[in-house]
Amino acid sequence: MEKTMKKQSGFLTNYSQLLIPLIAVVLLVIFNLIRDPGFFSVGIAANNNGFPVLQGNLISILNGASELVILSMGMTLVTAASGGQDISVGALAAIAGSVFVKVLKSGPITGWSVIGGFVLCCVVAMIFGAFNGTLVACFRIQPMIATLILFTCGRSVAYWINGGATPTVESPIITAIGSFIPGIPIPTPILIVVVTGIIFALIFRFTNLGLYIQTVGINQGAARLNGINSIWIKLLAFIILGACCSIAGMINVSRLSLINHETILINIEMDAILAVAIGGNSLGGGKFRMVGSIIGAYAIQMLTITLYAMKVPSTDVKAYKAIVIIILVVMGSPVVKEKFGRFWSNMKRHRQRTGSLAGKEAQS
Amino acid sequence: MMKSNVSYPGQKRKEPISDTMLLMSITIGIFVVMYALAMIILKGGFLKPQMLFDMLNDNAYLIIISCSLTIVMITGSIDISVGSVTALVTMVDVMILNGNLHLFDGLQKALGVGEEFRIVFAAIMSLAIGLAFGVVQGYLIAYLEIQPFIITLAGLFFGRGMVTIISVDPQKAPQDLMDILQSRINIPFLGSPNKKGVIIPAHIEIGVVIALVILILVFILLRKFRLGRNFYAVGGNMQSALMLGVNVRRTRFLAHMLSGLLAGIAGFVFMMHVGAGNATNATASEMNAIATSIIGGTLLTGGVGNVIGTMFGVLTLTTIKAIVVTSGLRDPWWQSITTGAMLCFFILLQSVVLSRRGRGGFHLPPWLKKAEKKEGT
Repeated sequence: MEKTMKKQSGFLTNYSQLLIPLIAVVLLVIFNLIRDPGFFSVGIAANNNGFPVLQGNLISILNGASELVILSMGMTLVTAASGGQDISVGALAAIAGSVFVKVLKSGPITGWSVIGGFVLCCVVAMIFGAFNGTLVACFRIQPMIATLILFTCGRSVAYWINGGATPTVESPIITAIGSFIPGIPIPTPILIVVVTGIIFALIFRFTNLGLYIQTVGINQGAARLNGINSIWIKLLAFIILGACCSIAGMINVSRLSLINHETILINIEMDAILAVAIGGNSLGGGKFRMVGSIIGAYAIQMLTITLYAMKVPSTDVKAYKAIVIIILVVMGSPVVKEKFGRFWSNMKRHRQRTGSLAGKEAQS
Repeated sequence: MMKSNVSYPGQKRKEPISDTMLLMSITIGIFVVMYALAMIILKGGFLKPQMLFDMLNDNAYLIIISCSLTIVMITGSIDISVGSVTALVTMVDVMILNGNLHLFDGLQKALGVGEEFRIVFAAIMSLAIGLAFGVVQGYLIAYLEIQPFIITLAGLFFGRGMVTIISVDPQKAPQDLMDILQSRINIPFLGSPNKKGVIIPAHIEIGVVIALVILILVFILLRKFRLGRNFYAVGGNMQSALMLGVNVRRTRFLAHMLSGLLAGIAGFVFMMHVGAGNATNATASEMNAIATSIIGGTLLTGGVGNVIGTMFGVLTLTTIKAIVVTSGLRDPWWQSITTGAMLCFFILLQSVVLSRRGRGGFHLPPWLKKAEKKEGT
């Protein structure tokens, strides 16, 4: 009896981090299936160009969450390494998107100019990420404060890059990045997310980056004594987040085939931090599990799409979202878990006692 | 410079200035220099006292929510819901003044009082909403030990969402009530002549008076009361505060409750200034409030900060914006870029100053370090 309980608790401590996001997803799925049994049905239909493509709520959830998932991957690393959050990701994505559009508008849009634009916007976003990282790692400023600078002025910089205009980019290549590659029925943003995820998985598999980031996040002094350069690790986390921002910005620009510096990925920083927190990662740094953040991001998008499907106006979604967030976070809070666990064990003990008493009575 | 009034036997005569006072005096110094330079170089509006009072009129609500953020940040926590609480309270107040909320309309008729009494209802309701936000968030943060950022983020979403649930369309308060609320207080001896040579006395709004009274109350609370000292203790080091017998949970709870309450008052003051409820009211003001608190010398890590510095933070931020506008850079992006640059300057200054004093400390970037080594060898 005791052994099995120990095993159970071991299993729970290993995977308890993923419990909350998974519960959230399962609850949302059940809720949707009860409300509308055909909610998750996926169909194939011809799109405007005549190619057969996948359609349905499930696809729109997976597709719509792409930017959020990519940003929350980077945010997980920054949170784990620095113990704080980057609130400038939306602004950084706007800058990256502006640079991307600027390069595309400088000449005819060809495959090479798209690649060049992506590389350039990636480099620019990584430089800005390095700026944030320098403030955090070298000057030891709280990440939220350090990124407040770019949060304040980032969108204005994006506006300034394109000379105060909101240009549109029309090209079959951009459409292919933003919606569908001809002949492939899966939306391209989903493919980009999968590729990014595989890259991260390979990095964690073949390098010690994940371990180093955790070490720096848990105890910087101990990391230094073990020969880890904590400054470089923190800088690297911010630079990776910058690259993630540029990918997210590129996807969003291609999806809408225009850039509006005011509204592109607005408030996504809050959602990305939320995804990290719902994924069970401590916002104080240290241990992290990227899968949790990814599931958290999809849960947030699923919640949003569910609310839209229930005919909630887009401006009111925030209020309902807040209630769900609070319920989830309260469920995941250590104090509540402990209280619930104590209640559970008390119940068990009580049942055992009454059971043994009943057995004794039966014996006598 | 202020000195600690308490002197212990055997204490050395010269006491080093505390981090709080140092950062605050830097901010005040920079503000004074900046305003003086603006007066000398840009002249124009800056020479009139009314310029300063207009800054206060426009930002009375910001002073109040910056106070609330200063309290919370001193405790080592954060509250980003204040902006949307302000917006929500503004919307509800305007609806009450309009008579669109039937509950208060009925209450007014039942009591048999005039329309002016709606203002009292609105004031009570502002306090109630603010207090409700503060109590719920404070309970979740202090007693259930959930990360303050997430809880107040949920508060931010909830407040903004409720504003549009109450009314998507902008609402306007009736003019006769607004005339009472927007009555000006003239300061006769600070007038300035207008183009026709008629001297117009300088004026401030009632909201500024409310904001300044709150500022002084919070200053006294932080300085003279045990609760205020506990805020600093909890923010400075939670473990040692716990060992010294401070009720850490209750202190954190009260800090968040106070912050919510002040946000409610800020909503009322904002309503007095604009007189309309709108879904985009006070957008991003929570980030402005954080910025002003930082400029005023409050550290997000907790334990350091002062509300007087925060007020000068508000003034510095608005002065920068005014300077940018009056010096002819009218394009909308200049304001936020200069604000960002200034934030960067203050944040770096604080980091360097504190590291000089052996607190916090910063490392040179790796590439600079290498250069230094090369120079040394």
